[in-house]
Amino acid sequence: MGLTLTWLSLLILIPLAGLFVKTAELSLSQFIDTVTSNRTLHALQISFGLAFAAALVNLVAGLLIVWALVRYRFPGRRIFDAIVDIPFALPTAVAGIALTTLFAQQGWLGAPLAALGIKVAFTPLGIFVAMIFIGIPFVVRTVQPVLIDLDVELEEAAACLGASRWQIITRVIIPSLTPAILTGFALAFARAVGEYGSVIFIAGNLPNVSEIAPLLIVIRLSEFRYADATAIAVVMLVASFLIIFLLNRLQRWAQIRALSVG
Amino acid sequence: MTIEVRNIIKRFGGFTALDNVDLRVETGELLALLGPSGSGKTTLLRIIAGLDWPDAGSVSFDGEDALARGAGERHVGFVFQHYALFRHMSVFENVAFGLRVQPRAIRKSEAQIKARVKDLLDLVQLDWLADRYPSQLSGGQRQRIALARALAIEPRILLLDEPFGALDAKVRKELRKWLRTLHEEIHVTSIFVTHDQEEALEVANRVVVMDKGKIEQIGSPGDVYEEPATAFVHGFIGESIVLPVEIRDGRVRLGDRELNLDSRDARPGPSKLFIRRHDLAVGPSGAGALEGAVKHVRAFGPTQRADILLSAVGEGTLIEIDAPRDRDLKPGDIVSLQPRRYRIFAEGA
Repeated sequence: MGLTLTWLSLLILIPLAGLFVKTAELSLSQFIDTVTSNRTLHALQISFGLAFAAALVNLVAGLLIVWALVRYRFPGRRIFDAIVDIPFALPTAVAGIALTTLFAQQGWLGAPLAALGIKVAFTPLGIFVAMIFIGIPFVVRTVQPVLIDLDVELEEAAACLGASRWQIITRVIIPSLTPAILTGFALAFARAVGEYGSVIFIAGNLPNVSEIAPLLIVIRLSEFRYADATAIAVVMLVASFLIIFLLNRLQRWAQIRALSVG
Repeated sequence: MTIEVRNIIKRFGGFTALDNVDLRVETGELLALLGPSGSGKTTLLRIIAGLDWPDAGSVSFDGEDALARGAGERHVGFVFQHYALFRHMSVFENVAFGLRVQPRAIRKSEAQIKARVKDLLDLVQLDWLADRYPSQLSGGQRQRIALARALAIEPRILLLDEPFGALDAKVRKELRKWLRTLHEEIHVTSIFVTHDQEEALEVANRVVVMDKGKIEQIGSPGDVYEEPATAFVHGFIGESIVLPVEIRDGRVRLGDRELNLDSRDARPGPSKLFIRRHDLAVGPSGAGALEGAVKHVRAFGPTQRADILLSAVGEGTLIEIDAPRDRDLKPGDIVSLQPRRYRIFAEGA
């Protein structure tokens, strides 16, 4: 117990405290100026807004992937199952470069999309795509084991009671998966908010257009404006904490309702 | 509602789960499907419910083809061994589920649903648990809620798959009695699957004994116990002493000894002699068909149990018998045993 807390403090709390200490070098008005400057606000908005949207997309796409992987037997299923982990395993810079190449104007996907007038690389849309890419395994891997364990008898019981396929999915299966779905969503969201490597290549990084908050922190650091950098970091930290905390409460609430004792 | 099952065949890969099964269930019956695991009893139940489909054969309810309908359209209540309650719903919502998923046109009003659920919870005597979640209930309570949920749709048939299999012995006994009383009250045609002979004999009006995908015998609990139709039924229901005998020239031979028993027109050849443990009368040496030496005596309850090593069987066969308490038995005594009742089945029958 004591050991665990010591580790937790050493690994997480002390570095985070350092963040606040460094930020305290700024006066309150300097702090407010920094975090409310147009560029900062825009970067935060891009990071949090797109991360949230990407997590929502991953939620839906992830569920469909999980469903296919768990409920259907098709050739190559194991390979697809392994492919899901690639965004986990791939160095983020490699993912970023690959996505950029793919979606650049001459890229395999970029060219046909450009013909339709859709520009992905070097726009916020590119950031969105990268965030979806790196977030998908989180939803799949948290929901998959729960769906595997979900008793087929529940569906049979519902069917005998006259429920249609759609009613079984919406009233029995999805609610049973809700805690896992929320966890997956939270993880995908958290990862996307903090994502740096895979995003900066495809983002284009135009201030006030496609600049993410983590990149702005790096820029401030390279300008030796350490306190400004940590100020942005503090805002991200607090915002992330609040969001994760809320998701956690929501999940707890869902969990209690679905609590199983065997 | 009568159920008519005809020539049902069901295979899983190379395994034949049901091999040409015929069964007729009368209105209001409480029927037990009894058999060891792998006998096909659960598969038969699931086919009647519409959760599995046979490879061949027909199922009809009151003469109307049931296989043309899916599980949801058969109005069958199904109770699972592991309850299959919806964990994210309260007890009330679990029971109300079947009413809430009805098509809008025939769906009951909220007040009607409430009243109906309350009636059902009263019926299973658990109205005070309406707001709890399944995880907060004991096994016996969960199964009663599962039953209430199945009854909510006013099923024409109630099917129970090993309903008490996951419960401990005491609760199981209580629920058996309770199920029988409940059936007398609501009188819906019911089939339950069990591997527990005591459960089948105690609860059901009629028992269907199954083995290896076939029906071995259909009869009242008394019939299947007293008049087993096959060697399997005799061995499966009640405790039997089984002796390998040979029928030759109308005589029953055990090893090198000819037994003073009527062969009752049994076919010649290797056979099995079945005797209920309590159907052996113990007498002084030379007074019965079988002879043996008492090895052990254990006295408890209304009878005493004795291990007896039969003479005249090649390597010596040890059998366990029940004898009245007042019969004086000591280890070392040579006694005779005379079957009051016995059955002979040809080997492999």
